Amino acid sequence: MASGDKLFLKGNEAIARGALAAGCQCFFGYPITPQNDIPEYLSKALPDRGGAFVQAESEVAAANMLLGATACGVRAMTSSSSPGISLKQEAISYMAGSELPAIIVNMNRGGPGLGDIGPSQGDYFQSTRGGGHGDYRLLVLAPATCQEAYDLTRESFDLAFQYRNPVMILGDAILGQMKEPVLTAPDRPADPAEARDWSLDGAVGRGPRLLKSLFLQDGALADQNRMLQAKYEAMRAEVRWECFETEDAELVVCAYGTIARIAKSAIRKLRKKGLKVGLFRPITLYPFPSEALAKLVKPGRKFLTVEQNLGQMVEDVRLSLCGLATSEFFSIYPGNLPVPDDFDEPIARALGL
Amino acid sequence: MYQDEELVFSCPQVVADRPTHYCPGCHHGVAHRLVGELLEEMGLVEKTIMVTAIGCSVFLYNYLLVDAVEAPHGRAPAVATGVKRAKPDKFVFTYQGDGDLASIGMAEIMHCANRGERVSVVFVNNTVYGMTGGQMAPTTLIGQKTTTCPGGRCAEREGMPIKMAEIIASLGGSAYVARTALNNVKNINKTKKCLRKAFEVQTSGLGFGFVEVLSACPTNWKMSAIKANERIANEMIPYFPLGVFKDATADVTGEAAGKGEEGK
Ligand SMILES: Cc1ncc(C[n+]2csc(CCOP(=O)(O)OP(=O)(O)O)c2C)c(N)n1
Repeated sequence: MASGDKLFLKGNEAIARGALAAGCQCFFGYPITPQNDIPEYLSKALPDRGGAFVQAESEVAAANMLLGATACGVRAMTSSSSPGISLKQEAISYMAGSELPAIIVNMNRGGPGLGDIGPSQGDYFQSTRGGGHGDYRLLVLAPATCQEAYDLTRESFDLAFQYRNPVMILGDAILGQMKEPVLTAPDRPADPAEARDWSLDGAVGRGPRLLKSLFLQDGALADQNRMLQAKYEAMRAEVRWECFETEDAELVVCAYGTIARIAKSAIRKLRKKGLKVGLFRPITLYPFPSEALAKLVKPGRKFLTVEQNLGQMVEDVRLSLCGLATSEFFSIYPGNLPVPDDFDEPIARALGL
Repeated sequence: MYQDEELVFSCPQVVADRPTHYCPGCHHGVAHRLVGELLEEMGLVEKTIMVTAIGCSVFLYNYLLVDAVEAPHGRAPAVATGVKRAKPDKFVFTYQGDGDLASIGMAEIMHCANRGERVSVVFVNNTVYGMTGGQMAPTTLIGQKTTTCPGGRCAEREGMPIKMAEIIASLGGSAYVARTALNNVKNINKTKKCLRKAFEVQTSGLGFGFVEVLSACPTNWKMSAIKANERIANEMIPYFPLGVFKDATADVTGEAAGKGEEGK
């Protein structure tokens, strides 16, 4: 792919192209709406570049193929949507436990159960609290635009290898299906030495290597968890967020992903009417930008969390505000397609108007 | 060693010199040893990436000194697929029990074989879930008592024992499929030959190799090691016939494709 081109891309394709630009060599997937453009694009593009594309028999298998490929220190990815991500949790837990740098894309759709194929943010808890069994965290990136989807996917591979930890890109049906101009970046092939110290490539001139998550010896699992917790603590350095018009805001709307994007349009419109509203948008959902949010607390300032779920990130918002302030919550029901006008009433109510 | 002595038998270097955690009479150790001998004889040690499964053999990496990754229960064929697709020039094999492969991992093994992944599978069938304490497996024989079918497996309730080698041979991607046993020296030697073929179809790029190895679990069968070997001959082999079910390296009408009753 030529670099620096401005292309008109769907979010799903932006993610696929971002992965290629980062040197992704293997993709393992299983069909599910609304993310099918990702495997469809890569089923041609990856083999063309000498990489591997496998349509697995299930999401369970796809995620375990990802485990195998990343154990070899190869840049690899899977993508799915909510029901499929539930099935991937087994392998995600094993990859976290075995410290494997895998990329998992979730184009969140409505749930619970089969739900629908419309947009939703119902997987916030699953993404940020681990999702599978055991104490582990993923680095969770939540793009709001197609450009950000491209850029964050491209960067996610570096982060995964830097921390030897799975990274999740959490988008939704809106992001996957909307089209926007995207400025592509130069291809950056993976550093061939990035996994030199731990990856499996055959024990030549060294002892055998073992990647596992079983620790049966007395105290061994405690040591492993201590090490993992220290890593999750170190991952706090990656915290990212955006503040928009928060300087003089009487009300700060907290939202992420495409919902934050729509909220921004609403805020622009309300600003023109003289309402002092701003936006706080976490870009990393884990680590959550708690300190940045806490710094926004001011006497009299109000907070309103808006999510396309029944109230998940609002728990992190309230924890971050540490009782110095609280946040109202407004729910956009999963599956519906929200428009900026939907925000007028909850914002007015939160402002006490 | 004295000058006039010739070393005729030694342990392969790739097999760790340490006691195993296996029960007396268990055949996992024999199977490990055969795999180790072949890796060395075929010059594969430094090319190998081994995928271990969940079961009594989860500690395989303590005994075979090669690069290894641990797969979740049943998923070793999917993990092996990922490894092989990422590193096509490596030698990749899984080592799985019957609970792992024929129950929870049924989808993964079928599709790995059907895709013709260039990997080899060592399938140890001992007709029980060994590690968890002897529960019924999909391979448990009719009438066999286990902790979860205390009255004996009953076809009406639990279905018939699954014959994996026959199933795998029916799939387009498998290149070599055999069933062997470890109950006597002759069968152990035969097992090694079949494993060699299953490894060769991978190294020559022909396709997927699979050897089902009938093995003893005296502890969970609640019998002596000798009785367990007799059980393999008298009860297992009649239901799970030994033989080569598919061999893409041979003329299909030739000797290698003969099914059935050999080696009791
Ligand atoms: C998802 C999951 N379910 C169940 C288990 C528990 N478990 C561990 S080993 C095992 C059975 C192994 O039996 P088999 O594959 O026949 O191998 P054997 O121990 O007999 O060699 C089970 C069910 C597990 N580890 N993971």
